[in-house]
Amino acid sequence: MMFDLKDLYQQVIVDHNKSPRNFHAMPDATNQADGFNPLCGDTLTLYLKLDDKNVIRDISFEGSGCAISTASASLMTEQLKGKTVAEAESLFSRFHDMVTSDLAEPANTEGLGKLAALGGVREFPSRVKCATLCWHTLNAALAGDESATTEYQ
Amino acid sequence: MSIQAVKNSNPWDVQAIRAEFPILRQQVYGHPLVYLDNAATTQKPRCVIDALHHYYEQENANIHRGVHYLSEKATAKYEAAREKVRAFINARSEREIIFVRGATEAINLVAASWGRANVRAGDEILITELEHHSNIVPWQLLCEQVGSRLVVAPINERGEVILEEFERLLSPRTRLVAVSQLSNVLGTINPVRKMIDLAHQAGARVLLDGAQAAAHLDVDMQALDADFYAMSAHKMYGPTGIGVLYGKEEILESMPPYQGGGDMISMVTFEKTRYNVLPYRFEAGTPNIAGVIGFGYAIDWMASVGVTFIADHEHALLDYATHQANDFPGLRLIGTAASKSSILSFTLEGVHPHDLGTILDREGIAIRAGHHCAMPVMEHFGVPATARASFAAYNTMEEVDALFAALEKAREIFA
Repeated sequence: MMFDLKDLYQQVIVDHNKSPRNFHAMPDATNQADGFNPLCGDTLTLYLKLDDKNVIRDISFEGSGCAISTASASLMTEQLKGKTVAEAESLFSRFHDMVTSDLAEPANTEGLGKLAALGGVREFPSRVKCATLCWHTLNAALAGDESATTEYQ
Repeated sequence: MSIQAVKNSNPWDVQAIRAEFPILRQQVYGHPLVYLDNAATTQKPRCVIDALHHYYEQENANIHRGVHYLSEKATAKYEAAREKVRAFINARSEREIIFVRGATEAINLVAASWGRANVRAGDEILITELEHHSNIVPWQLLCEQVGSRLVVAPINERGEVILEEFERLLSPRTRLVAVSQLSNVLGTINPVRKMIDLAHQAGARVLLDGAQAAAHLDVDMQALDADFYAMSAHKMYGPTGIGVLYGKEEILESMPPYQGGGDMISMVTFEKTRYNVLPYRFEAGTPNIAGVIGFGYAIDWMASVGVTFIADHEHALLDYATHQANDFPGLRLIGTAASKSSILSFTLEGVHPHDLGTILDREGIAIRAGHHCAMPVMEHFGVPATARASFAAYNTMEEVDALFAALEKAREIFA
């Protein structure tokens, strides 16, 4: 089977890599965690501001990584602003299913909005962890852990 | 010299070499495979593949103890490979050639056996900033165990060890200098002859990590006077899972065993065990017999082609690639030492090395992207990762062209 690189590097990904959204530190964050992919050295710090109803009022990130990990983090922060923690967890589960789903089936992008742009990652097994690093880091931040890694998950 | 002149100055019949490597005939994603990840592992010539096949079909038996036909045959071939290695690196004796799993195990063997017997609290082990993790971590483990200190000689902006600093850091406390002969990230050829002399004058022993060098440089143990030398067969056109520790006989003779087991003993009772002679004392258990025999054939292959011819060809490829790299907008070479071999590490502005790796892969081009098991080198150059193209005997100028055409494509995707 042949895959086009354009499946992976869609315009929205190239754009979010070049100009990542919500790309800054947050001194008054309520939750934060560092994410690290030891295989390739990608790092990111994720900041969250949760209110007392567990709604994500603000979210941002910093770090360095490939286009997939940077765009994924950027798109994630856009999607999660205003969502509840439960909604965020459900979104991660659907996102994870999309990027690890069987290539024989069409990708299920239902409810994922712009995150669907990362659906092409499933055709590139060595890059799935690039796309999920920010989400693992989100989990760590919500759980109160200081750091997350794409290994040992 | 112009690029065209560099391209044409090469009389090497690379197509004849390529014909001996079956794997190179395949297509990857609709493109001819361009294999430029040779620093990670080289491909294997047919004679090595055939030797492995033949061994398991015709010769398989355990060695050094059988009295039957097959065992004697397997033993003879295993020991013949040891002699091939000895001759290849010009060691004085076959007793100085210990078969191990690879350069990593060779270094760990020295750290565990020689290190624990000879390095004490307050002693120092001197390495350099360009080492592979496998020539850093075993020494850190040793330092933790015995209370010694790891000292690191810095590199300059070209990726060369600063010799004055290296010399300054040598002291009467230095017990061992452990240094790579050829950097796997930067391609730097270290002036090891000079470094060995300086270390010996300071009273230190020297281990050379030859994992990267042995396939690209003419390696002569008696001329170098290294005390230990580590190498991996799989980076030398041989099988994975086999390598060699060379050690000077009088040093190996003084070292306690590394692993206990069969083959490394001469007599065992529950009260007392007498160890076997060199080199068997350090080869406990049934070794990778097929791997050793295959390694012997890989050495035959390299010797028949000629290491200096291979080196000249790779040098022409590196020159040609470096010319193109210098003209490529936004490309930064990582590692610009005056003396280099076979390795082109770089970053491309606006495109992360991992994205480059993926894009090149879909063009059929295999390179390595990442920290190359040398995170301190990445830190030195202020990059999280690099892309690395590395050359071997069978690579062509056209493959270098394909590499730069694909880099152009990557730049367009991220434009």
